[in-house]
Amino acid sequence: MTGSGFWSVARAVAWRNIHNFFSNPALAVPALLFPMFFFTAFAGGLSRVDQVPGFDYGAGYTTFVYGFVLLQASTFGGIFTGFSIARDFESGFSRRLLMAAPRHGGIIGGYWLAALTRAVFTVTVITVVALIAGLEIHGSGVDLVGLYALALLVNTAAMLFGTGIAMRLRTMQAAPAMQMPAFLLLFLAPVWVPYDLLTGWVQTTASVNPITLMLEAGRGFLAGDPTKVLPAFGVAALLASVTVLWARGGLRSAERAA
Amino acid sequence: MNRSTLALQVAVLARRSVVRTMRQPAMVIPSLVFPLLLLAINSSGLDSATRLPGFPTDSYLQFALAIPFVQGALFSANSAGTNVANDIESGFLNRLALTPLRRVALMMGQLAGILALGLIQAITFVVIGVAFGSGIAAGVAGALVIVALSLVISLGFGLIGAFVALRTGTGEAVQGVFPLFFAALFLSSMALPRNLIETDWFRTVATWNPVSYMLEAIRSLVITGWDGEALALGFACAGGLALVALLAASSALRTQMLRT
Amino acid sequence: MSEAAIEATDLVREFKKGPRAVDGIDLRVEAGEVYGFLGPNGAGKSTTVHMLTTLLPPTSGTARVAGYDIVKEGPEVRAAIGAALQEAALDPFLTGAEHLKLQTALHGIRGEEGKRRSHELLARVGLTQAADRKVGGYSGGMKRRLDLALALVHEPRILFLDEPTTGLDPQSRSALWDEVQRLASDSGVTVFLTTQYLEEADVLADRIGIIDHGRIVAEGTPEALKAEISRPTLEVIPAEHEELGRTREVLTRFGEPANSSPKGAAVRLSEGEAQLADVVRALDAGDIHVQHLQLHAPSLDDVFLAKTGRSLEGAAEEEAEEPDPSEPVAA
Repeated sequence: MTGSGFWSVARAVAWRNIHNFFSNPALAVPALLFPMFFFTAFAGGLSRVDQVPGFDYGAGYTTFVYGFVLLQASTFGGIFTGFSIARDFESGFSRRLLMAAPRHGGIIGGYWLAALTRAVFTVTVITVVALIAGLEIHGSGVDLVGLYALALLVNTAAMLFGTGIAMRLRTMQAAPAMQMPAFLLLFLAPVWVPYDLLTGWVQTTASVNPITLMLEAGRGFLAGDPTKVLPAFGVAALLASVTVLWARGGLRSAERAA
Repeated sequence: MNRSTLALQVAVLARRSVVRTMRQPAMVIPSLVFPLLLLAINSSGLDSATRLPGFPTDSYLQFALAIPFVQGALFSANSAGTNVANDIESGFLNRLALTPLRRVALMMGQLAGILALGLIQAITFVVIGVAFGSGIAAGVAGALVIVALSLVISLGFGLIGAFVALRTGTGEAVQGVFPLFFAALFLSSMALPRNLIETDWFRTVATWNPVSYMLEAIRSLVITGWDGEALALGFACAGGLALVALLAASSALRTQMLRT
Repeated sequence: MSEAAIEATDLVREFKKGPRAVDGIDLRVEAGEVYGFLGPNGAGKSTTVHMLTTLLPPTSGTARVAGYDIVKEGPEVRAAIGAALQEAALDPFLTGAEHLKLQTALHGIRGEEGKRRSHELLARVGLTQAADRKVGGYSGGMKRRLDLALALVHEPRILFLDEPTTGLDPQSRSALWDEVQRLASDSGVTVFLTTQYLEEADVLADRIGIIDHGRIVAEGTPEALKAEISRPTLEVIPAEHEELGRTREVLTRFGEPANSSPKGAAVRLSEGEAQLADVVRALDAGDIHVQHLQLHAPSLDDVFLAKTGRSLEGAAEEEAEEPDPSEPVAA
């Protein structure tokens, strides 16, 4: 078993998933539409919130919201890749993949590549729209590299989490099991206001929510005032590592059932 | 053989519609849980917004309590639309068409299912809202008016869902419309009062959006008490939507149930 | 002449896209008859049934069902007919008993009478035990049986069955055939049955109409139709596999090649059974040792082939062009 087996499988799986995504509007459109919509609704509807006493984000509310929407798009982009894995199992395609592929790890590798490609596309479109809508980026080139690297790391963790669920349950009924944790993690965080302006139980939850760190680091990059960079990357890398194991366990489960 | 009267037809179809809805917990439970979850998150997460000058209350829970009623209505739309689409795709509508059933009875039976779900939602949201500390300024009578208005809103959106299903004959189209409803809810005075919306185009859209008035009517009963203008506008928008949707759905039913 | 149960004159149905689904159908079904409408997917069977059951208005032409005009007297037609259409048309969240309760109520059969009728029909189709279970958990055969029971609630004189056994296992199919035969013989119900299964038409129908591309291409009793063709098929399996090619050559002297098992060769004898002796002599002269020789009587597939140039079984695999008759059409 050579390393080339892994990459050839990964490329084949990735190509198919990416091709399906781009040739099927029913897949591509929601992935774009929801983040853009949230961006418009929050940046447009809630912009006065930056006048709340204590709201001290320097780059403006539009940029503040963009930080969240970027993370949301990255997370759900990964989750949607999990959906396509579940769909593949339901249609029986995955069984064929497992029988044909010499290196099963390459299958996950392929879905990961696809998730990254889809995320790059989605994030690019959303960023362009946000720039037109008045997004102000105060960060430098280095800050932006940091920002998008963080986003892709979150995308990876979300995708691997979804993979683990999809490969264990092997049906589209798994969709809520993938979506709900992601949704809760994203929204039990400083979505509309900075952490210091949160109150009550949401603030308590946000204080232990890893997404809070990512949000604050991401918004810091955007404002040109990097903050909590190392903890954010540390936690993101940890999440990605844990979810790799989770996805691997899912693969073993699928292999036993195939 | 006795002829089946309109009343009997409506009764049996209404029973079927209600039973069928209630036997789908996967439709009913999310329609209760999801709006409440969002209410909980938003009340806490956006509580600091109440510090904005001109914010009508110091409890974001009170401000946001109106939202679940409309969100619940969106789920009603999904449920009603999906049920009708299933009837078309399975051929059940053809089965009904071959009986002496009158179309108006079918329509009214459909409404019963929407109202049943809407009633459960409305009562749940009022009770939970009050239990978590949101007073209702208009008192018990106000709570009843909230339930009544909520039912009209549910009817309106539910009938839109049914219309989409009757017009297209597929469940996918019903699912596809859901994001539009979502958009209608977001592009309103959902998160902030209209006079505090800073962005001009957003405020304009919210001002033209009938959903804003539905929210504001409920909100007025929770925060202010009896505001005649807000209530009139809210009922007019909800009622108008329901009427237009009813006409559209009836017309689509005539085309879908093409019997001679 | 007594009034026919079903009578159609030049019935046509066009859809916005595609060719005419029904292209001028004339038919007459007598009361008490079992009429089989046989044809491949996309031939126009379901569209015809939808028109005759008033679910779809014809583009042109007329038809009378139970003596009533299908366009002008729709409610009267519906009161006289029952239909079990292509889909089982059931609500998965209701029980079998609830379906019958709904159906009896909609037909105005109320109270004790309605209950009695429901119990009777459930017993008749063998669903008494399963009556209180939700239909979503029924097997395909059970759904079809419930479908039939619902179609019989108001004791219709004419029953339309649109591909009633498609997708059923042989046991369920057989049970449904028995019920259809009982309905026709014991209750005198006229049955209009569409099917793509030759055997079904052969077994159940008193008369068959073969439909292809929206037109009836042949009509008659199964025996009469087959006799019209009167060309049996001879199948020969040689003792040695190497002799298969030569066997085929010999046989083709006596008619067109026909479908056979992989080990043998078959021919449609152009001059009938009389040629049998000549065939045997020719095989013997060619020094071909025969392991098995069988004469098959003409089948309905042969009839279809003779009338359309295609085999029904092959035609069944062609892409269906018939639009969904239940799709709404803009006025």
